[in-house]
Amino acid sequence: MLAFLLRRLVSLIVTVWLASIVVFAVLQLVPGDPALLMLGVNAQPDTLAALRGQMGLDQPVLTRYLQWAGALARGDLGVSLTYARPVAELVAERLAVTLPLALLSLVISTALALPLGLLAAAQRGRGGDWAVLGFSQLGVSMPSFWIAILLILLFSLTLHWFPAGGFPGWTGPGWGGGIGPALHALLLPALALALPEAAILARVTRTAVLDTLAEDHIRTARAKGVSRTAVLLRHALPNALIPVATVLGLQISFLVAGAVVVENVFTLPGLGRLLYQAIGQRDLIVVQGVVVLLALFVVVVNALVDIACALADPRPKGVSS
Amino acid sequence: MRRRLPLSLHLGAALTLLLVAMALLSLLWTPYPAEQVRVIARLKPPSAAHWLGTDHFGRDVLSMVMVGARNSLAVGAAAVGLGLAAGVPLGLLAAALGRWGDEVVARLGDLVFAFPAVLTAILLTAALGAGAVNVVLALALFNSAVLARVTRGAALAVWRRPFVGAALALGRGPLSATLVHVLPNIAGIVVVQATVLFAVAIVNEAALSYLGLGIQPPSPSWGRMLGDAQTYLFTAPLQAVFPGVAIALSVMGLTMLGDGLRDWLDPRHRSSGVM
Repeated sequence: MLAFLLRRLVSLIVTVWLASIVVFAVLQLVPGDPALLMLGVNAQPDTLAALRGQMGLDQPVLTRYLQWAGALARGDLGVSLTYARPVAELVAERLAVTLPLALLSLVISTALALPLGLLAAAQRGRGGDWAVLGFSQLGVSMPSFWIAILLILLFSLTLHWFPAGGFPGWTGPGWGGGIGPALHALLLPALALALPEAAILARVTRTAVLDTLAEDHIRTARAKGVSRTAVLLRHALPNALIPVATVLGLQISFLVAGAVVVENVFTLPGLGRLLYQAIGQRDLIVVQGVVVLLALFVVVVNALVDIACALADPRPKGVSS
Repeated sequence: MRRRLPLSLHLGAALTLLLVAMALLSLLWTPYPAEQVRVIARLKPPSAAHWLGTDHFGRDVLSMVMVGARNSLAVGAAAVGLGLAAGVPLGLLAAALGRWGDEVVARLGDLVFAFPAVLTAILLTAALGAGAVNVVLALALFNSAVLARVTRGAALAVWRRPFVGAALALGRGPLSATLVHVLPNIAGIVVVQATVLFAVAIVNEAALSYLGLGIQPPSPSWGRMLGDAQTYLFTAPLQAVFPGVAIALSVMGLTMLGDGLRDWLDPRHRSSGVM
């Protein structure tokens, strides 16, 4: 097990290092002078020279990469040109929106998917199964940003239950001041992100539960008189959680991508919105910082899921391919 | 005994054919030129003259949906085609080379998967500007990693089978064995995966075009149509429905086609699979 953990750690470090090279290298593809691109053709020569100095454009590429990667390792993502503030500070602010949004959508998708998957497995081939499979097929087919627009149309513009966009912030005392309105603003975006995830997870849960139900220990439990519901909840569901958790981990990258788009549908001041605006503002320093952080997040979550699944899997390590 | 074709294969193939037919028809005919602006007829509801209504520039929505299908299919086909061209040989090579080839493909996969396709496209857009080409490149990169991984896994399983060993013992080289024995045996799995990736490419292209980073105006794109419709959600809510339905039906068709093909090629899946 220790060897597996070490191998996973080394692979994690290598991937993060390669990802940093990719992000740095892609932004070197900017045609012409990046400082000119960021400041525009009417920029003053001394302002241009200052930005070139800040970006290290007067130094060789390798030196620039080493300086940037070294700063990155210390948590220094540079200073945003548009906001004139450290990118790390901007990211920390925006995470206060993106992180709760992602967590809320994970909670909603899991809370929807597990009962639906169980219901489908329990009712295999019957009405409930077909209804869940229909929901799943529909959910997989609808992009989250379209779901977001439809939710705005229904719940904001028609029923007036939720705001159509914006975020009031977490400040203010208690539920009435900060937390309540903030969660209220995050609920529709989280739902838009959660529905496609739930559709996939419900399918995976159904398949995993059906696979487990076909195993001998389940037949033994039934033969010993354990009720069908108890077998489903106490035996089949816990065994099915490993594949469900694996897929949930893999979905993190889709969640990150979805959050970038959905935050823009609801004009939520999260990381996705920061990234999108940075492209419009040609703030390459922000783009570089946010993209590398999101990639790091995806890599770390995938590694954690891998390790969690390895720990939960009772088979000896190194045997399975 | 002939196996019955799964229902999902019929439905998926029908929806996909409809999408392809609409895209091909748009090459020859659309009710109106898709880029024709008629401000006097802006935001009209569906009528006999404009079956799906008009947008905020008075453009005919049905014509835009038809040309949008062509653009979506073109981006999807290019992204999957490039992904196949790069990913399948890489996966075959990794399986043929054994341990270190495997390691290289696995690490490359980890690296590509660190960047969701939308993120790669955003990065490329920041460096090179918005446009369909960068979207295709980003999606193709992601697809090639997925296809390399799937090809490698499937090819390794075929390499372990006795008939490949027999072919090698009879003097066939690794390249010849790969082309004659391995590739035909994994083609089904690769086609199924490519179908699913096609659907993912359509969704991602729409998302990027919604953000204004994909297909650029005046050429219509379903994602951009949804972005524009959001501005007029209160006055013309149906404008936010039709492009979305087009995306959903296309994705549904392709995923059902993929599911159906998988069930048809490998009936064991049917016991736990869907539809």
